[in-house]
Amino acid sequence: MHQFTIAELTQGLRRKDFSSIELTQHYLDRIARLDKTYNSYITVTPELALEQAAAADKRLAAGDAPALCGVPIAHKDIFCTTGVRTSCGSKMLDNFIAPYNATIVENYLAAGMVTLGKTNMDEFAMGSSNETSYYGPVKNPWATDCVPGGSSGGSAAAVAAHLAPGATASDTGGSIRQPAALCGLTGIKPTYGRVSRWGMIAFASSLDQAGTLTRTAEDAALLLNHLASFDPKDSTCVERDIPDYTATLNNSLAGLKIGVPKEYFGEGLHPETAAHVEAAIKVYEKLGATIHSVSLPHTHLAVPAYYVIAPAECSANLSRFDGVRYGYRCENPKDLADLYKRSRAEGFGDEVKRRILVGSYALSAGYYDAYYSKAQKVRRLIKQDFVDAFTQVDVILGPTSPSPAFAFGSKTKDPVAMYLEDIYTIATNLAGLPGLSIPCGLVDNKPVGLQLIGDYFAEAQLLNVAHQFQQATDFHQQTAPGIE
Amino acid sequence: MQWETVIGLEVHVQLATKTKIFSGASTAFGAEPNTQACAIDLAMPGTLPVANAEAFRFATMFGLAVNAEIGKRSVFERKNYFYPDLPKGYQTTQLAEPIVGPGYVDIELDGGRTKRVRIHHAHLEEDAGKSLHEDFAGMSGIDLNRAGTPLIEVVTEPDMRSAEEAVAFAKKLHSIVTSLEICDGDMSQGSMRFDVNISVRPKGSDKLGTRTETKNLNSFKFMEEAIELEVERQIDVLEDGGKIIQETRLYNGDTKKARSMRTKEDSNDYRYFPCPDLLPVILDDEYIENVRKQMPELPEAKRARFVEQYGLGDYDAGQLTADKFTAAFFEASVKISGEPKLTANWIMVDLGAYLNRTEQRIDQSPVTPELLAGLVVRIKDGTLSSKIAKQVFEAIANGEGDADTIIETKGLKQVSDTGALEKMIDEVLANNAAQVEGYRAADEAKRGKMLGFFVGQVMKASKGQANPQALNELLVKKLNG
Repeated sequence: MHQFTIAELTQGLRRKDFSSIELTQHYLDRIARLDKTYNSYITVTPELALEQAAAADKRLAAGDAPALCGVPIAHKDIFCTTGVRTSCGSKMLDNFIAPYNATIVENYLAAGMVTLGKTNMDEFAMGSSNETSYYGPVKNPWATDCVPGGSSGGSAAAVAAHLAPGATASDTGGSIRQPAALCGLTGIKPTYGRVSRWGMIAFASSLDQAGTLTRTAEDAALLLNHLASFDPKDSTCVERDIPDYTATLNNSLAGLKIGVPKEYFGEGLHPETAAHVEAAIKVYEKLGATIHSVSLPHTHLAVPAYYVIAPAECSANLSRFDGVRYGYRCENPKDLADLYKRSRAEGFGDEVKRRILVGSYALSAGYYDAYYSKAQKVRRLIKQDFVDAFTQVDVILGPTSPSPAFAFGSKTKDPVAMYLEDIYTIATNLAGLPGLSIPCGLVDNKPVGLQLIGDYFAEAQLLNVAHQFQQATDFHQQTAPGIE
Repeated sequence: MQWETVIGLEVHVQLATKTKIFSGASTAFGAEPNTQACAIDLAMPGTLPVANAEAFRFATMFGLAVNAEIGKRSVFERKNYFYPDLPKGYQTTQLAEPIVGPGYVDIELDGGRTKRVRIHHAHLEEDAGKSLHEDFAGMSGIDLNRAGTPLIEVVTEPDMRSAEEAVAFAKKLHSIVTSLEICDGDMSQGSMRFDVNISVRPKGSDKLGTRTETKNLNSFKFMEEAIELEVERQIDVLEDGGKIIQETRLYNGDTKKARSMRTKEDSNDYRYFPCPDLLPVILDDEYIENVRKQMPELPEAKRARFVEQYGLGDYDAGQLTADKFTAAFFEASVKISGEPKLTANWIMVDLGAYLNRTEQRIDQSPVTPELLAGLVVRIKDGTLSSKIAKQVFEAIANGEGDADTIIETKGLKQVSDTGALEKMIDEVLANNAAQVEGYRAADEAKRGKMLGFFVGQVMKASKGQANPQALNELLVKKLNG
């Protein structure tokens, strides 16, 4: 059953090839048996999952169940879940049980989906390798000596190892798309405002956006139908019609104008990754699209601007973790200052502390204009680059990350090298645009990602463009060695 | 040396919205600790703020009332500092783009002087919770019921020159926000809190001296005391050749002493930046005009109307409209009695004194507008003399019933009956033949003065119930023979 895509599972459930309980139990068994190797889950919730599966089977039997009813899903541990620990990959929240569900969790429960558990992640979503998790690194199913990418590394590894048919994830600078690329999956980060952020623990509020990791673009479309919603509890959520994202998957790409930014093919890009992206361009030409060179002249400023804005926002967002109301509290604090200092020093890991420090510095008196204000100006320029490009082309295409999965520890000593992992993905977060990664080949038996960037709220088109590629190629059907 | 005091105020006004500024939790005062704090107020992970539209409407009303420009685009920022009663570790407030821009308020001072105090700006922000340092054996308790209550912080220019001016401004502000019904004005519950920036300088200098800030004054009396104390302290320091240190001070109204809380050196770098969870709020002209149309009448407009509509003097109108409860009491009472001037006098003199003495608020007065109207009607129609009316008023205040009931049961009806009065006058004249002789021999000018004696005697005989006007007329007639 675990070979099936979500689309296939929905049909199997309807045909009664298997029940949701059988399907859920099958995944739970696989997780119990195999996840010791990958460490993709922080928390597995078997009782809850089987309860939800039983309810789903009833709805399916009644005949009026929503499309996704009975299909299991894993949630990144950044999304709050009622009654189930939500750790955000941190010691700080190791004991935290939210009294509410994230809106997207609620949406999927309403759709009848079954929650298998909560997936591993970089601590507070800060990282590109899943090595900053308090719960230990996640192993890439394609090469267990390599990282799965981050911060949604647990979600990516779970789906790639067939320990879940799909998973939620979040993307602040590439945290969905880069793990998708490194694990050979389809990962979508919708437009900022398309998906509610309520109940998603904030890293950088103006950049964070929830999305999914799946095996195919079709599955991503099925999941996006319920992920997208207008939520009055999130002031940055946009009230706007939500199309059926599956309805346009099979549109022809004839006449589609694809822009290829020359800035995405410069220094630092692995030559074989570049070759696979070039080959993908040829596929699109065959599908009837026309290829246009475009320029995003401020691309080189994206990483520096991001590493001012994201830490600045996180420095305030993480202030609530103070040991006073919930979460980790140091033992026997001698006074208030000691409570704050030790709870935070002991509760947060190094990368989180580094970003809080960087962000506090960038916002402090005398530096605000030089760093934060300047970064915001750069952000506007980057956004304008895309706005200009989208007057000429429909979608933008390039690599998702510079190279395939790298070995554990190879970048942990060099934060800048790690930050450059997101060099092609960060700009879309700064601009608030939707982005998607699909597999387009292997280098040294490790997957390479193709990134597609769409105009604002053009998720349906992005998924159509990705789906057509997957109709013409079989990269998305390749599974990691050893995953039967 | 002659010194001049320079005062600027920062006033926190709690807005009387039903729910908090960024959450749906109730703002009601006095609930059990932490029962009115939801996940958002507790800053639980993943929660997000949504701005309360009513808070914007209230702030807009305030801005219009102080003649200010309304910020058509206002932006919330995060003010970062750690404190246990600040759950998010930052306060959501406005800095660069506040809802209310520069404006002004005209205040009235003794001797009919008026003065304009400029408002620098007013911004919307959330209140913090409360730290409770008692009852927890060496630890502190946190009550987050107040966390997230909407405030406007009103910041003035340093335009005030004395405690009198500062208090007059504070009272005026109190009158504006209560008239607008955007704040309950209950200072004992912290609905309005004043931070006073004080400096002194040699008279004639136009350079500002180093200021101190005395925080969290919650009564007009404490404010006056704190200012006087601080001005005296600063002058003493300077005259002894010392320097004023820029610091935050706390005044204790019980001990009448102030102390330094922190100096500028240990002040925080608040690292303000725009809150990414809240989008800029855009108010257009139509919105602002709608708010203007729905605004309750302001004290100044009401005062002018009272002069116009009720024929009151400007001073009386000012007294009656200084707070909305008094104004409402007056209008409700006049509506029944139809006697504005008498009603005004009774409210300002007898009722005012009674409420002061018994420490009651006019909106909780046992002498209701209806009861006062009943009394006023009986004064006007001659049933009661003003002297007897005071007796009746006290009886009403004691809960003995309305004016007519009291007049009836106590037999306090004024004697206007000519026959009864004549009888009393004749008796008095007969018993005071010598004085009558004297009166009749005197010229017109002296007679006026002598008349008082006879009036007093008859009044005494009538136990104060003689109608003075009728008595006068009859008496003059009889004496002139």
